[in-house]
Amino acid sequence: MLFPTTTPPQTPRVVITGAGIITALGAGWKSNAEGFRTGRTAFRPVTLFDVSRQRAKQAAEVDLPAVLPQTGLGARQIARLDRADSLLLLAAHEAWRQSGWEPAENLPLVLGTTAGGMSFGEDYFRQAVQTPRNHRRQPTRAVNYQPQVQARMILDALDCNGPITIVSNACASGSNAIGHAWELICYGRAERALAGGYDALCGMVFSGFDALQALSTTICRPFDARRDGLALGEGAAVIALETLESARRRGAVILGELIGYGTAIDQHHLTQPHPQGNTTLTVMKQACATAGVTPDDIDYINAHGTGTVLNDSSEALAISHWAGRRAATLPVSSTKANIGHLLGAAGAVEAVICLMTLREQWLPPETMFETPDPACNFPVVHKLQDARVNVVLSNSFGFGGVNASLIFRRWA
Amino acid sequence: MSRIFVAGLGAVSPAGWNVAALREALDKGEPLPTQPLERPGWEKPLRARLVPNLAVRPGFLAHPRLRRASPITHYVVATALEATAGLRANQNPKHRLGLVVCLQSGCVNYSCRFFEETLQDPATASPLLFPETVYAAPASHLAAVLGNISLATSLVGDPAIFLQGVSLGAQWLEENRVDACLVVGAEEANWITSDALWHLEHSAVITAGAGALCLCRNPEWSAGVELVAITDVHTYSTRNSRMQAARAMRGQLGKSSPRELLCDGIGSSSRVDAPELAAWHDWTGPRLSPKQILGEGLMAGAAWQCVAACDAVAGGQFTAASVSLVGSNQQAIGARFKAVAQASRL
Repeated sequence: MLFPTTTPPQTPRVVITGAGIITALGAGWKSNAEGFRTGRTAFRPVTLFDVSRQRAKQAAEVDLPAVLPQTGLGARQIARLDRADSLLLLAAHEAWRQSGWEPAENLPLVLGTTAGGMSFGEDYFRQAVQTPRNHRRQPTRAVNYQPQVQARMILDALDCNGPITIVSNACASGSNAIGHAWELICYGRAERALAGGYDALCGMVFSGFDALQALSTTICRPFDARRDGLALGEGAAVIALETLESARRRGAVILGELIGYGTAIDQHHLTQPHPQGNTTLTVMKQACATAGVTPDDIDYINAHGTGTVLNDSSEALAISHWAGRRAATLPVSSTKANIGHLLGAAGAVEAVICLMTLREQWLPPETMFETPDPACNFPVVHKLQDARVNVVLSNSFGFGGVNASLIFRRWA
Repeated sequence: MSRIFVAGLGAVSPAGWNVAALREALDKGEPLPTQPLERPGWEKPLRARLVPNLAVRPGFLAHPRLRRASPITHYVVATALEATAGLRANQNPKHRLGLVVCLQSGCVNYSCRFFEETLQDPATASPLLFPETVYAAPASHLAAVLGNISLATSLVGDPAIFLQGVSLGAQWLEENRVDACLVVGAEEANWITSDALWHLEHSAVITAGAGALCLCRNPEWSAGVELVAITDVHTYSTRNSRMQAARAMRGQLGKSSPRELLCDGIGSSSRVDAPELAAWHDWTGPRLSPKQILGEGLMAGAAWQCVAACDAVAGGQFTAASVSLVGSNQQAIGARFKAVAQASRL
């Protein structure tokens, strides 16, 4: 029963035993780790839809592999997959394979997304207005547009079943999904869970950010004084979370430990953060409190760092305030400089990047970064850098004001 | 384990802008009249049951955040204000309020308008519309209006996730992260949601609105209803049909009793309703099917079922009520509420 429930006498430790990632840097851990370690950027002219009348012309598009991995999906299901489905499937399959989990009947799946199957929605709308008497494929689009149908597809692909939770807190969705899965395990609602985020590029969302003049027309440079906006990307990441006891029982390889999570809502504005980053400060403090660490213990921050003027100055002030004297030596970077803003996938992808830094002991540089914003009194990582990394913090903030911070610890 | 109580209810529906209007329509038991909904490119309009316009503009719409907000946000705010009226009258304003907003279609009006503008000329698409298209917009506006929401999330899924939202609210209360938690299910209607529904089930009539439950742990804030149980989530899959999931949910809710109400999701389609009808075929107690009166409200419909069940218990008509949610494409889930002595202060 979901209610009433019993809380375990002792909060279990939660570890990550599988991670899947796909971004414009490539499919899988290896190609992404190499790209982020060297600070490679993956922007190119948009080919997926017409941007000739938009201000911005570039995005970080994923080259989908020609063949999808062998899963439990049938030919008809595979034929119906859209771009977002494929991204999600690739990430989930990698995480699943790496975790070594067996098919299960009660595996919670928690996903974050902002657009779900938006390509189906766009096609539905176009056909409905352009050829209103043509009903062909409209019922399928009306169903597959919905993110829970994509989530069910993942469970079918992995030959699993279990409760599905779709979190849609805009660009904090991926972090919130992982945080929610972590809480399910911490509070004894599940022993393991699959969590992540996904979003594919689509015309409507690109147009939305372009209309807001939030897209950079030059280079995406988070925390740089000359920054002029964000760049959009697409991708997915999924992680396998389980209790330490479960992982040890199976003899699983542990990629890292999720030790802290904070989330709160900024009531300042629908699209703008509080100028002083009040809610960002709150969630970083919350995450530290649940993790039992202080800013002195954090070795790296993967910032939300979109590259917009308002976000980065607000986040920089919050980090500076939160970290105090530690800020002067605390390395910070935003990997949105490499792969763009992945919206609902951002928090999950950045969580996997944090795991990479912990496993491989390097920091992801922003190679296009040149001139620090005056609000940044912390070093922005901009060169290849090996480092001793034990604890990392990842920030994510969304339209609507939901902020989230996750804290990961190295497993050694 | 903590006890969880219902501190207040709220509803906006085609019957009107409060729970009393919903109750009156359900008591009457007759399907509400439908209105024509123009469908571009079709000579014959679609049918819908729309939320009636208020004769007097409600005061909350003067809030600056609601100037450009879409109807779904208006519904969410109105239900939330109704559901928290008792708390706001008696509670310390510093108390922490949680918010879970559940949606299936979400902010379709502005999404359609913005995409239409994008198709015409993206260079002139309105930047004011786009932020209002995100699923998180109603929760954001409500948080700004109420001012004491410390924790909020928006969940998307089929209507059966409304009870997952209730479960999440109960979890936040049990973990002492909030003092009360609002759980809202909401939808707005336009020609595209009606068109999509028509493609899936010709006989269904789209409707819109919202329903809210305000949950609390403090028995002194109770409105006379306690949450007793929420079943497991029974997700549909290639191996677990909608029929099997509905049966499993029913199995967890137990047997009928003559003083217990069943509030189900039976509508107008024998095909769509078959799994739920089969799951509850042996129910001999009283039954309420709001969808037959109000129409297909998607997530709002699931919320109305819960509101109607709690309202019937709070009003003393029944000692307990079960809610059956057999969602369209995700899961089946059920819940049970029972009567408790109503706190005098509310």
